[in-house]
Amino acid sequence: MSKKHNLPSPKLRISWQGCLTALTYCFMYVPIIVLGIYSFNESRYGAIWKGFSLTWYRKLLGDERLFLALGDSLKIALCAVAISSVLGTLMAVGLAKYRFPGKSLYVGISYLPLIIPDIAIAVATLVFLASVAVPLSLWTAIAAHMVFCLAYIAIVVSSRLQGLDPNLEEAALDLGATPAQALLKVLIPQLLPAIVSGCLLAFVLSMDDLLISSFTAGGANPLPIEIFSRVKTGIKPDINALSVLLILASGLIAACSEYFRYKSQRN
Amino acid sequence: MNKGVEPSVGFGKNFNVAAVQQKLRAAMAPLGLLGPAGLWLVLLMVLPTLLITELSLVPGLRPGEAIEGYGLLNYLRILEPTYLQVLRRSATFATGTTLLCLVLGFPVAYWLALMAPKRWQNLLLVLFILPLWTSSLLRTYAWITLLRPSGVINLVLSTLGLPTQSLMNTSWAVYIGMTYSFLPYMVLILYASLERLDLRLLEAAADLGANPRTAFWRVTVPQTLPGIAAGCLLVFVTSLGDFVVPTLLGGPSSMTISRLIYNQFLGVARNWGFGSALSMVLILMVSVAIALLLKYGDRNPDIYS
Repeated sequence: MSKKHNLPSPKLRISWQGCLTALTYCFMYVPIIVLGIYSFNESRYGAIWKGFSLTWYRKLLGDERLFLALGDSLKIALCAVAISSVLGTLMAVGLAKYRFPGKSLYVGISYLPLIIPDIAIAVATLVFLASVAVPLSLWTAIAAHMVFCLAYIAIVVSSRLQGLDPNLEEAALDLGATPAQALLKVLIPQLLPAIVSGCLLAFVLSMDDLLISSFTAGGANPLPIEIFSRVKTGIKPDINALSVLLILASGLIAACSEYFRYKSQRN
Repeated sequence: MNKGVEPSVGFGKNFNVAAVQQKLRAAMAPLGLLGPAGLWLVLLMVLPTLLITELSLVPGLRPGEAIEGYGLLNYLRILEPTYLQVLRRSATFATGTTLLCLVLGFPVAYWLALMAPKRWQNLLLVLFILPLWTSSLLRTYAWITLLRPSGVINLVLSTLGLPTQSLMNTSWAVYIGMTYSFLPYMVLILYASLERLDLRLLEAAADLGANPRTAFWRVTVPQTLPGIAAGCLLVFVTSLGDFVVPTLLGGPSSMTISRLIYNQFLGVARNWGFGSALSMVLILMVSVAIALLLKYGDRNPDIYS
């Protein structure tokens, strides 16, 4: 990468690019803010403000179906991410370490889950599970989510591996560590921030997934499916309230991830 | 490998065993690291894709039916005007969204990379891509509140005394929703590309008498062309396969290829063979875009670093 040329840093002055940027920021945030405001609106219909109320939040707390759906989503995401974190990290380390015939094919296949549209992956997985007569359940959804989770984790970890000093691991080996010790005590601690930020990304993607779950979860009913089936027919004020809570939660996860990414760049 | 090591005469046999063992271990070591993930990808990614390739060649296959003979009927059916129109609409949505993202995203990325105060640069970028961390379903849902006939936009319009618009369930709603969903990707990639821009070239252009506009079109744009290509193709591919936005905002008139596929499996149509063929066409369209990206685009947009 080329070194940045040292120009005097431009002063903040009003330029048309700056105005356009500000407008685009508004475009990104206005829908979310409006949604937040209306989650406190007492009126059920229309955009007219009828007064502040916590009705929809109260209704949300009593909604057992939504809590069950959230539980299913968390089970799928946590299991898929936990297993994928190990498989994805091993894969990234393996790809950084070894050259072998067919490596480019392996790398190509590992990119497939990121390239092929979700709908096609979902359909293919459904057809495959049907053909081997595996009944659809929470477990098939976990298995299907693992595919894209491990692909994303492997990419995030790979990019971190490229910036690491390979001499450290060799030094550990020279000093008498076994390869397993060198991996666990030298490499993994260095990779940890990247692994965590990859896991957070995979977690968010898994919690957000609608299509793959729709085709593979069977009787399980993860949150996006429940939300989708409710909002297909229009506005539901209690979903407004739910959105606000979920958006706050994902904002928190994003902040964590950025923190770990920042840390992994600093180290 | 062990090139150049000659087995010495004295303990030749022992050495060979050790060498074979070592070779075996060397061959097995990648397997331990790469095997589990590879197995999973083959089992749940490669085999299923091969399977729908096969099913796409079975005309009119319904769930639970045995395969009886192969043919290209499913693919020929896609060429019927109704379905061709769906394909064309999907491509139009994706192209329009890509252009909108480029037009909206370039100034933002440019300002962030070259004009924003250095101290705030990272924070502002994170702020822009923050919505990517929230559920795309909920972000699309948020637009219903704004766009529906009794929504906020119409409330504002009628308060101002302007005629109200019916935006819900139109192509406009799809363009707005998709642009909203995928703009952060475009900004992220363009930013990575613009950030690496060699500013000395711009200085040189200015020294040689180019005005800022000429320098922009003759230096900045060509320098960031790989990033522009990468961003455009990423947005194109993502919006081509998008399901949520056309379903929630586009209404019945915005049938796209992903919704059509969905209907073949979970909707009323129930035609697995036809659905598989449509999926293959979608994968093909995406592959062409990716091939173009690999050929002309930025191979290493530093998205993850």
